[in-house]
Amino acid sequence: MKCGLSLIGAAVAAFLGASAQAETLSIATVNNGDMIRMQKLAGHFTKAHPDITLNWVTLEENVLRQRVTTDIATKGGQYDILTIGTYEVPIWSKQKWLMPLDKLGSNYDADDLLPSIRSGLTIDGTLYAAPFYGESSMIMYRKDLFEKAGLTMPEAPTWTFIADAARKLTDKKAEVYGICLRGKAGWGENMAFLSAMANSFGARWFDMSWKPQFNTDAWKKTLTTYLGLMKDAGPPGASSNGFNENLALFQTGKCGMWIDATVAASFVSDPAQSKVADKVGYALAPDNGLGKRSNWLWAWTLAIPASSKKAEAAQSFIAWATSKDYLDLVAREEGWAHVPPGTRSSLYANADYRASAPFADLTLKSIQAADPTRPTVEEVPYTGVQFVAIPEFQGIGTAVGQAFSAALAGQMTADQALQSAQALTTREMTKAGYIK
Amino acid sequence: MATAHSRAAARLTMAPAVVLLLGWMLIPLAMTLYFSFLRYNLLMPGSEEWIGTLNYEYFLTDPAFFAALGNTLALVGGVLALTLCGGILLALLLDQPFWGRGIVRLLVIAPFFVMPTVSALVWKNMLMNPVNGLFASLARALGLQPIDFLGEVPLSSIVMIVTWQWLPFATLILLTALQSLDRERLEAAEMDGAGALDRFIHIILPHLARAITVVTLIQTIFLLSVFAEILVTTNGGPGTATTNITYLVYALSLLQFDVGGGSAGGIVAVVLANIVAVFLMRMIGRNLDL
Amino acid sequence: MARATTASRKLGLTLLAWTIGIVIFFPILWTALTSFKTEAEAIASPPSFIAFQWTLENYAEVQSRSDYALHFMNSVIISLGSTLVGLLIAVPAAWSMAFVPSRRTKDVLMWMLSTKMLPPVGVLIPIYLLFRDTGLLDSRTGLVIVLTLINLPIIVWMLFTYFREIPGEILEAARMDGAGLKAEILYVLLPMAVPGIASTLLLNVILAWNEAFWTLSLSASQSAPLTAFIASYSSPEGLFYAKLSAASTMAVAPILVLGWFSQKQLVRGLTFGAVK
Repeated sequence: MKCGLSLIGAAVAAFLGASAQAETLSIATVNNGDMIRMQKLAGHFTKAHPDITLNWVTLEENVLRQRVTTDIATKGGQYDILTIGTYEVPIWSKQKWLMPLDKLGSNYDADDLLPSIRSGLTIDGTLYAAPFYGESSMIMYRKDLFEKAGLTMPEAPTWTFIADAARKLTDKKAEVYGICLRGKAGWGENMAFLSAMANSFGARWFDMSWKPQFNTDAWKKTLTTYLGLMKDAGPPGASSNGFNENLALFQTGKCGMWIDATVAASFVSDPAQSKVADKVGYALAPDNGLGKRSNWLWAWTLAIPASSKKAEAAQSFIAWATSKDYLDLVAREEGWAHVPPGTRSSLYANADYRASAPFADLTLKSIQAADPTRPTVEEVPYTGVQFVAIPEFQGIGTAVGQAFSAALAGQMTADQALQSAQALTTREMTKAGYIK
Repeated sequence: MATAHSRAAARLTMAPAVVLLLGWMLIPLAMTLYFSFLRYNLLMPGSEEWIGTLNYEYFLTDPAFFAALGNTLALVGGVLALTLCGGILLALLLDQPFWGRGIVRLLVIAPFFVMPTVSALVWKNMLMNPVNGLFASLARALGLQPIDFLGEVPLSSIVMIVTWQWLPFATLILLTALQSLDRERLEAAEMDGAGALDRFIHIILPHLARAITVVTLIQTIFLLSVFAEILVTTNGGPGTATTNITYLVYALSLLQFDVGGGSAGGIVAVVLANIVAVFLMRMIGRNLDL
Repeated sequence: MARATTASRKLGLTLLAWTIGIVIFFPILWTALTSFKTEAEAIASPPSFIAFQWTLENYAEVQSRSDYALHFMNSVIISLGSTLVGLLIAVPAAWSMAFVPSRRTKDVLMWMLSTKMLPPVGVLIPIYLLFRDTGLLDSRTGLVIVLTLINLPIIVWMLFTYFREIPGEILEAARMDGAGLKAEILYVLLPMAVPGIASTLLLNVILAWNEAFWTLSLSASQSAPLTAFIASYSSPEGLFYAKLSAASTMAVAPILVLGWFSQKQLVRGLTFGAVK
């Protein structure tokens, strides 16, 4: 028996023994198209750095966020490079969880990074994460359907125009829905859209003493407009539609308009995956004349945990993946339209890019129009356009998103959803000590 | 019969399993219990402090808690009822002679092998999606309005998915039990003029009692902690329509990273599970002469 | 006449049983079919069943994106490893419960089963911290340990129900012959228990293969099994039904085939001694 036991023990130990000889970087990343492309092109990096091996952990966004956050908060040290968003960077760097990116090389040209993106990743003059792609949100619409309905999309439409056009474009028999918007609950899903939309209606998450504001008319107007629009002109099952579901709907020609991330432009205009590639037009996200448009600002970035022992190799990879040369590499291998957008000014000055990416101009304008430091009409104690940059926001945002998603599914009225949002946000903010 | 020596040996042989399970249960449980009295948010290290029963107060007064309690019971109860009824019917059918029994049995047990994550993904996207799903195509072909399963009837949809996964298990156990039934008794009853329903109620059902108990026990164990199906399909929504206790604890610990609150929820869930366990064990003790 | 009714009854039953069987199997069949379609065809309405352009491009795409072989090997090692270690611990325990029962045996057994009712997520953070401190994060050893502990109660119980079926007189006879405890287990008990052990092994390999919460939470790149592989396809950008189907088929097929080939033993295993 003993002999058998030790044999099995030895066998188990043998499975363990995959220890690294050269430097091995574990990269946690989200399963978005641009990241998958980076993974495919990473051979170019390892060819230039034969002493570095890359291990990829590609996961769906929510799973990734959960895993990466657990790991960094408990100092688990499972990853050397993390893919995180602009929400995490300020919070995490304040906790000293991230390593300053100070060895990106002399030709990295950090000044080329778009100022509105870079400022969100810089704390006290130090860059803590390098943007891989940046996005705002804008309207993508079907030019052919607009023409058929006798409508013309202005470059900067109002919500009144959008609501009217969406209803006119809808033809439920032909499975064409006037507007596709996010409905799936989550702070990064429906709440990203709704918080940004609320900004344009003059609403805000909190007042200056951190009191939740869901009992205001501005929020009520936001939510009723959204619900009414989705009821009359939205696709069925909208309460489980997030970015990906709506992308699939738009690509198959089922949406007249879609307000979502600017990066989607390169997917909907790609004939290889979109049935409507040659019929897409773009416009700025709508407003209400209050001075704020309903577009957000987001970037997926690469960062290194402070505990990493392979900082040098990790920085060299990050420098590669977020460099100008990487953009050129993607352009060479896959074409300019597939270059990760929204990070570098030089890309928007590039004539080749502008020629093959008809959405370039509006993407840049949208990104520049978003201001995370002054996101709302009235003053607020927080930064972030479609999120509130406090650690509690993930939980609160998702719970509020659930209430709004239930309203969209018809299980609650708008008033009930707002009441529930107000109650649960007050509870959580009280528990966390913001409301004394 | 057993000597003192063999009793001692017996204890010794049981020791590894008992000690390991005790450790597995007690160490994390003790840590969880301790955390449940702390303000402990993973995202705010350094802010840990003793806050007494505050986490419990918040968890137990959370409207989502009562919704989750109801959903958990509905989910376990619904799936149990469906798999038992469906399982008995299927077992009766598969017990009959027909061509290709072996192959049909293979088809019927197949869902048991599918990962919960995969089956949830497949049901959500390829079958239940109200625009591109197969059910929607079917509905349209029949001239009906496609149902938005996960939006309109979310909990029933999840019950359906989970039932699909567990039906094979119930069917197999019940079928095996059925096959050990004394045929002569059935025939004798038929001779005596007992109808099919009579025979089912008075002979077949009592014979299946043990198997039904086993199905109930094992399924309850797994159904109390249904998680992947909810995470993949609805994220507990819309609202709290599909949040069960397990998912609620998950949301607290891994979406809000409120380890204190999540731990309190975990302890509450443990207490609830133990209540269910005691209840179940009583029932099993009676039906399963151990 | 009687013969004709029997034949037509059999035909009717055959039709009914096959219809139900195919309906139950359909989601799996549909997934397998979809994995051979192009993305555009995968969401075509009305859907096509056989008459489409068969393609292997999804499998190529999945393979180019993730290291299937690594995930597959991890799944095999973790599920088989945890089951073997579990058996090693459970066989002695179940043996003594079955042959030297005491007043407490039933309580111990029920207590073991009740540990499985605890929601795993409640203890994730403690386990994560323990694993971090012992260096077990993202290691196959760590996952083997966790899955062993998770499935141990089921293993003990299944073995117990099999062992109980073995007549005690045989053991008495062996003892008369002066066989020691070790010999008793090795030469008398084990051979008789092999079918039961095989069934237990199979069922637990399947349970461990499909376990998603712990394997996903405690693994990163080195030890990630197929559950993590599928997590990277759960909602990628754009059209993904065909790729999702291909990945699903690759994740499910091995265990499905194993289950089908060993269904006789498995059915026995599944009955948990409920049926004699």
